[in-house]
Amino acid sequence: MTDRLPGFNTLAIHAGAAPDAATGARATPIYQTTSFVFDDVDHAASLFGLQAFGNIYSRIGNPTCSVLEERVAALEGGTAALAVASGHAAEFLTFHTLLQPGDEFIAAKKLYGGSINQFNHAYKNFGWNVVWADSDDPSSFEAAITPKTKAIFVESIANPGGVIVDLQAISAIAKKHRIPLIVDNTMASPYLIKPFEHGADIVVHSATKFLGGHGNSVGGVIVDGGSFNFAGDDRYPMLSKPRPEYSGMVLGETFGNFGFAIACRVLGLRDLGPALSPFNAFLILNGIETLPLRMQRHSDNALAVAEHLASHSKISWVSYPGLRSDRYHNLAKQYCPKGAGAVFTFGLKGGYEAGVKLVSNLKLFSHLANIGDTRSLVIHPASTTHRQLSDEQKTQAGAGPEVVRLSIGLEDKEDLIDDLNQALDAA
Amino acid sequence: MLIELPCPIPYVPVMSHDNYPNEYIRGILNSVKTIALVGASQNPARPSWIVTKYLLERGYDVIPINPGLAGSELLGKKVYASLADVPGPIDMVEVFRNSEAAGPITDEALALDPLPKVLWMQLSVRNDEAAAKAEAKGLKVVMDRCPKIEFGRLSGEISWQGVNSRMLSSKKPVLSGKGFQKLSLNRP
Repeated sequence: MTDRLPGFNTLAIHAGAAPDAATGARATPIYQTTSFVFDDVDHAASLFGLQAFGNIYSRIGNPTCSVLEERVAALEGGTAALAVASGHAAEFLTFHTLLQPGDEFIAAKKLYGGSINQFNHAYKNFGWNVVWADSDDPSSFEAAITPKTKAIFVESIANPGGVIVDLQAISAIAKKHRIPLIVDNTMASPYLIKPFEHGADIVVHSATKFLGGHGNSVGGVIVDGGSFNFAGDDRYPMLSKPRPEYSGMVLGETFGNFGFAIACRVLGLRDLGPALSPFNAFLILNGIETLPLRMQRHSDNALAVAEHLASHSKISWVSYPGLRSDRYHNLAKQYCPKGAGAVFTFGLKGGYEAGVKLVSNLKLFSHLANIGDTRSLVIHPASTTHRQLSDEQKTQAGAGPEVVRLSIGLEDKEDLIDDLNQALDAA
Repeated sequence: MLIELPCPIPYVPVMSHDNYPNEYIRGILNSVKTIALVGASQNPARPSWIVTKYLLERGYDVIPINPGLAGSELLGKKVYASLADVPGPIDMVEVFRNSEAAGPITDEALALDPLPKVLWMQLSVRNDEAAAKAEAKGLKVVMDRCPKIEFGRLSGEISWQGVNSRMLSSKKPVLSGKGFQKLSLNRP
């Protein structure tokens, strides 16, 4: 006997967002304040000691940001979430909560280039060691597991597009070895794929992309699936050991199945500081209200454009799992039957030079380094997002010299196809 | 209106203990006043201390039970060694011990006169045999739940921590009247 769960469209609009208790404001107010007054000294002590629910200081929590947190937790089907300054900050705080110096984590080779840089370089200073595996071969994850492995990281739909990851196969390996599975669900959004339904334990987002959806705000979200039992697990001392920061409290025990999200907040966000601005949270929340409508249009437009490009004489290949001929089409039917997302890549017969020319000839597509905007976007990864990688890494990441990435927007698909046609003709 | 599944069948003792309707939990938290908390701790880092403090702040009369601390004061309340030592009626017994210990604690609770109205076992504590005994005597039973989390969820306070309260409402939350960061259980 359980209370009925509302549908996805309803959650996208209502989850976390009741009218304001003090004023009745119906849209979520932008609580543009650094701090919140305490009722009295005892109330302050309770808040600082994590003994009461409430707001202290906007680096740790803010009522506009917490609406975003609950909204995304509800859409993903998680127990709790934490909003942070960017998708990179979401990854950083996630790993900070799970890893100690000298620990390892396994990551899929096909990832957003920024994540590859973060894992390969920035994390070295913390002694967190990435081990790469091939998401097309789930057994490569199992082969990479050592006693130091503390987490597995994949993207549900992998950037720069066209790759659907077999989450159930990888989560089976993660569960067998009792390792939490982190899924970056930025490219799919919970409208297309809900990783917790396929065995993920933690979901991270760059909310900058499809959640916000309008190309106006950078932000990130960590979602706790509540499925991994960190309490009593010595491998995760941030959650299982008495914390000196909080008078010996054991966070995984005290906060149960949302302990991971709380630990990311009170150990990570509090002490490392990548807080989300309430204004950005407000804009991202507004975007999420139309997430189901937008993701469907993004995917429908992307399929139409991909089908057109697949038959174009100047194009050697199109990598979009929505295409029947695509190697990931069966996985797409299994994991994202409503659509395969907005982002995909294709190869130009003319190689690197043709890629550079195409980008400069386009009139409607904007040449920039983002995805998940209402506007259609184009980039040549080899000369931009992935340029810091070696040639071998570029190819492994699906960003070879001839590759062009599109993020299809919400315009009329006929206009997008016309623009690509004229640019290809001139290239 | 809170969006909740209407519960056409009144609560009967054979209910599932895997899920509880929000109305069932709200009804309990709204009706009990005196809560005997078995397994109270003096250590502010322990969940039992935190829950004791939170429930006291929300106006419940929490009576800490711990034989090792009997006679001392905890958060301004006198600690008793056992449920039988508590003078006066107890509305709810909250078991802050492990699932096995919940058995004999339930037996002690069922020996009280008058009987408590509610037997509540803390998050991670579940003893179906003890629950069945208590239900047979007409008590309402909750297992594997935390009253602080449930209060925070039903009032909306827990949403400030980014927790998925699984509650939707187009009515504004009600301030409890004791400061801005405390909300009432009774949302319209």
